[in-house]
Amino acid sequence: MHKPESYGITSSDITSENDYRNRRVFMKQAAFAAAGVLAAPFLDRTSVLPAQDKNSWKPLHAGKYSTTEDTNSFNDMSTYNNFYEFGTDKSDPARYASTLKPSPWNVSIEGLVKKPGVYPLGDILKGQSMEDRIYRHRCVEGWSMVIPWLGFPLANLIAKVEPTSKAKYIQFVTLFAPDQMPGQKEGTLRWPYVEGLRMDEAMNPLTLLATGLYGKPLPNQNGAPLRLVVPWKYGFKSIKSIVAIKFIDYQPQNSWNMSAPNEYGFYSNVNPDVDHPRWSQAKERRLGEFFKRKTLMFNGYGDIVGSLYAGMDLRKNF
Amino acid sequence: MGMATSSAVSMQAWTCEKIFNAAHTPVSAGCLTAGADPKRNTSTMTMHVIPRTIVKAAAFIAALAPLALLAWNFQQGALGANPLSDITKETGIWTLRFIVLTLIVTPFRRLTGITEAARYRRMLGLFAFFYGTLHFTTYLWFDKFFDVHDILLDISKRPFITVGVASFVLLIPLALTSTKKMISRMGGKRWNLLHRLVYVAAAGGAVHYLWLVKVVARPQILYALAIASLLGYRAVGAVVRARKQPPAH
Repeated sequence: MHKPESYGITSSDITSENDYRNRRVFMKQAAFAAAGVLAAPFLDRTSVLPAQDKNSWKPLHAGKYSTTEDTNSFNDMSTYNNFYEFGTDKSDPARYASTLKPSPWNVSIEGLVKKPGVYPLGDILKGQSMEDRIYRHRCVEGWSMVIPWLGFPLANLIAKVEPTSKAKYIQFVTLFAPDQMPGQKEGTLRWPYVEGLRMDEAMNPLTLLATGLYGKPLPNQNGAPLRLVVPWKYGFKSIKSIVAIKFIDYQPQNSWNMSAPNEYGFYSNVNPDVDHPRWSQAKERRLGEFFKRKTLMFNGYGDIVGSLYAGMDLRKNF
Repeated sequence: MGMATSSAVSMQAWTCEKIFNAAHTPVSAGCLTAGADPKRNTSTMTMHVIPRTIVKAAAFIAALAPLALLAWNFQQGALGANPLSDITKETGIWTLRFIVLTLIVTPFRRLTGITEAARYRRMLGLFAFFYGTLHFTTYLWFDKFFDVHDILLDISKRPFITVGVASFVLLIPLALTSTKKMISRMGGKRWNLLHRLVYVAAAGGAVHYLWLVKVVARPQILYALAIASLLGYRAVGAVVRARKQPPAH
C-alpha cells in the first residue's frame, strides 16, 4: 500500500527548497563562468514560470498527489510536443494542430463492460469532480517538465461504465482523421495511435483523464479534448485525443511498441536503470534547466505504483 | 587575369589530379589546360567582374550566418522550450549541409565547366569542420558535461554516437592538412588519397542522422539520398576510369 502523505517520492528524492534555490544559484554561477554572457538569456529562463502564468493561475485542489516543484511555463508545454499526428518536429503540433476539431467529441466505450456505448464527451465528464494535478512528465527522449493537469481519475470513469470481471486490460485509441491530423497522411507510425494499460494500472489513483492545463481547456496540441496522463510512465503512454476506450482480456498493442518492439515496451515505466537501446535513461533535462538531473525510478512515484510491479523483471518487461 | 597567378596554377594542379581527371570528357580535359583554353578563359573572366576576394568574403560571411542566427535566437530566447537541444540539432544539420556542399563542388564543376567553383571547396570543407566542432562540443558539454567516463561509455555503447564521433574525428586530419603548404608538402597524390576520407565521413554523417531519430522521416531520407548520389557519382567515375585505363602489367 502506498503512503499518501509522501507525495510519491521518498524523502531522499526531495530536494529541499533551500538546496533547490542554492543549486540554481550555483548553476547560474557555474554556467555564467563557463559560457559567459551567451548563456544569460537561457539561464533567466530557469525561473520557469512566466509572471503571467503565476499570477493568473492557482491550483484548485492540488491534492496529495501533486508535486510542489516549480511548474514549467504554459508556453513550454504548449509549444514543445510530441504529437506525430501533426508532424515529427516538436514545434509541429503547435503550428498545425488548429485543424483538430475537439468539439463535438464522442468517446466509444467498448468491450467487456456493462455500459458500452458511444458517449458524447459531456456524458463522460458528467459528475466527475475535476482537480488540478501537478505531475512530473518524463519523455522517453530524456527531457522532462512539471505540468499542472486538470482532470479526474480514470478509475472514476471505469467505475461508472462497470467493466466485467473478465476485463484485464484497457486499450485507448486516438482519433483517426487525416483531414484534421495531417501527420496521419505520413507513414511515420501506424494510425490510429493506440495505447494500453493493465487494469490495475488504469485503476491507480495517479492515472488521470485530463481535459486541461493550468486550469484551462487542453490546447489541441496537448491532446484536446481528452487525454490520458500516466506520470510514472514515459510520456508516449499518455495517449492524446482519445476516441475509444476498450476493455479487453489480453494485453493490447501500443503504437511505439509496434514501431520498434526492441525500443519501446508495453509497460514503459520510467526507469533510470534500463536504458533505451540507443540512449541512456539515467538522466534527464528538465526544460528550463541547464544541468541534467537524475531520473527517478517510476519518475518518483514508486511509493504509489511500485507495488504494481512487485516481483516483475522490469528489464524484461521494459 | 586571375587564373594566371602561381597559386591558381598549383590549385589547378591538385584539383585536377588523377582522381578528378576522369577523364576524357571535354570538361575535365579542359581542367588541366584551363589556362590555355581561350573559350574557358572568357567564361572565367566574366565571373571575375566581381573580384574574387569580395565573392570569397561574402561566401565566408554567408557561411557564418547560420551560427549568427542561432546565437541571436538564443540571445532573444526565441529558440523554444529546449534551446540546448535546438543548438545541438542546428549545428549538426549545418555540418551535414556543408559536407553536402563540399561534395557538390566537383560534380558541379565538371557538369557546368565552371572551374572557379573549386576555389570554394576548401572553405566549404572547413566550415563543415567548424560546425562539426560546435556540434561535437554541444554533445561533450550540454549532454555529457565533460564526464569522460560517461562519454567513452556512450561512444562504445551507442552506434549513432560511435558513427557520429568517428565521422567527426575523420574530418580532423582533413582540416589540419587543408593549407596550401600541406598540399605541396604531401604531394597532390597523397593529399587526394587522404582527403577521400571525406567520403567516409559523409556516409557516416548520413547514417548518424538516420540512427538518431525515433522514426526515419523525410529529412533523414533526403540527406541520405543526397550523400549517396554524390558518393555514387564518384564510384561511377572510378569504374569508368578503371575500364578506360588498360590494366597495369
